[in-house]
Amino acid sequence: MRPLTLTGLLLRCGVLAVVLFIVVVIALKLGAVPVSLYGLGLDLLHVLLRKTSEISSNYDMIVLDIRLPRILLSIVVGASLSVAGTAFQALLRNPLADPYVLGASSGASLGAIATLIVEPYLALPMVLAALVTPVGAFLGAAATIAAVYFLGRREGQIDSSTLLLAGIVSASFLSAIIMFLISTLASRGDLRGMLFWLMGDLSVSIQPSLRWVLGIGFLAATGIIYTTATDLNLMLNGEKEAMHLGVDVRRVRIVVYLAASILTGLAVSVSGSIGYVGLLVPHVMRIIFGSDHRILIPTSAFGGAIAVVIADTLARTVVAPSELPVGAMTALAGAPLFIYLLRRKVA
Amino acid sequence: MAASSTFADSHRNADVRLSVEQVSYAYSANPAQAPLFTLEASSFQARPGEIVAILGPNASGKSTLLKLIAGTQEPLSGRVLLNGVVTHSLTPRVRAQRIAVVQQESPLLFPSRAWEFVLQGRHAHSRSLRFETPKDVAIAKNALAQVNAHHLSDRWMDQISGGEKQRVILARALSQQPLLLLLDEPTLHLDIGSQVGLLDTLRKLAAVNRYTVVVVTHELNLAAQYADQIVLLHHGKTLRVGPPSTVYQRELLEQVFQTPLSIESSPSGRPRVTILPAS
Repeated sequence: MRPLTLTGLLLRCGVLAVVLFIVVVIALKLGAVPVSLYGLGLDLLHVLLRKTSEISSNYDMIVLDIRLPRILLSIVVGASLSVAGTAFQALLRNPLADPYVLGASSGASLGAIATLIVEPYLALPMVLAALVTPVGAFLGAAATIAAVYFLGRREGQIDSSTLLLAGIVSASFLSAIIMFLISTLASRGDLRGMLFWLMGDLSVSIQPSLRWVLGIGFLAATGIIYTTATDLNLMLNGEKEAMHLGVDVRRVRIVVYLAASILTGLAVSVSGSIGYVGLLVPHVMRIIFGSDHRILIPTSAFGGAIAVVIADTLARTVVAPSELPVGAMTALAGAPLFIYLLRRKVA
Repeated sequence: MAASSTFADSHRNADVRLSVEQVSYAYSANPAQAPLFTLEASSFQARPGEIVAILGPNASGKSTLLKLIAGTQEPLSGRVLLNGVVTHSLTPRVRAQRIAVVQQESPLLFPSRAWEFVLQGRHAHSRSLRFETPKDVAIAKNALAQVNAHHLSDRWMDQISGGEKQRVILARALSQQPLLLLLDEPTLHLDIGSQVGLLDTLRKLAAVNRYTVVVVTHELNLAAQYADQIVLLHHGKTLRVGPPSTVYQRELLEQVFQTPLSIESSPSGRPRVTILPAS
């Protein structure tokens, strides 16, 4: 009997943090303009010490103003999607659930696009304007999950296959509406950007105020989900058994569902719908670290961050100086991995 | 704090622990229609260390009565008291500290080891975000030992036999340290040896740990052999409540179970039922 301890948890997270750091450094180095590791390290050190004036190289602009923000964005988006996936999988007792499969990403996309259309007419102050798109995306995600959840129930019980079918159908229905909106409303020039965004795209830089919303939202929603970690462990036994073991099932369901929808909304509002991350990262982490949510949630956050940073780095380097949408990259790598995991019997 | 003082009082005099008072329930698909199923007012009482068997054929209302006792379903009328407190009014957490339910097993979504499974029983006793303490581990180990399953501790739950799994599930219930142990058809998928083993264990646990045990079953002979009290249900009606020797009457059981049978008294004084082949 070796129950999880705080030391064990921190140790595992520490290892993943080191991996993430290494990946970030490599991602900073790689790109259309080559950068030396030594210069990079020196620059980063100067930034950390707040001595920006001493940055020696003349490529600091590229590294710090373009690559670093994009990498930080990748980290938050990847972590959000993975934590949301972990939460949905436990909540719906379905190893195939994730924001993308359940249609939540499509719902969030529709919500985000709707706000883009409406926003110019609202004349909101700058601070609120930054919030409009994430909120729209959150509402879209939350509404879609609610709809899919009710469509996926049969005789009061969630039925796995009905649920997934409901998610897939909702996703394609919502995508059709999105395509309709885009093709009627967007100008020809926007169209390529919109299509990239739909596939998952991290190349669009976001406003500084939105960065705060994103960071704080991610930490808050993940923290809330983490407080239910042991409840989620028991929910894997089914809701009835969880209740008998002392879980306030109704409260956990609402709290986790809202927090996971927030994470999905945040991720989609800045990066479009990136597939496979929320589905596969929790699985891989479960294989490595086991299915205890006290450890699965933080390790999935790190894993998701690592996965998206790698995917985005590849997306912007393999066809440089042109770019792929990061969603195409995650699908290219994720689909075969998914098939592999499926064949080796769902872990 | 009225609830906790009643709790302490009745614990001290160790009199009636579970009191089921005229509980009834009606199930209907929609409120405008006549109920599809009704459980008519049912009453019985049980003391610490006592095993009660709720006996009846399929669809007699056994599992419904168990849910009402567990407090997860609100009775239409009447009430269920556990040490003087209405079970339905308890929060899930407090309920799980006092009542453990062993259900027919549900498949696991992801595999876990037996010890992890047993530790789940400690959830209601610990705060969220807390790691298991040495005390939790000691209780879980003890629970496994009490059901003779300590050797299964490191095995995966999906790689042990049905009888072994049922014992680990029972161990999880024990680690909740409940006052009341409820079991829904615990012997359903077990071979006869495992059935007897499980019920012997239950008998011993009820005596040693002073649990009040309520078992739902349709196994006439196992109920007769292990229960102190039988609650006989038929079509939602509680026909008899009492010790096996008074409840087990040939005409009554033949009517309830729809099969000819004979009843003899075993050396222990407990009735033994033989199902007769229909002629």
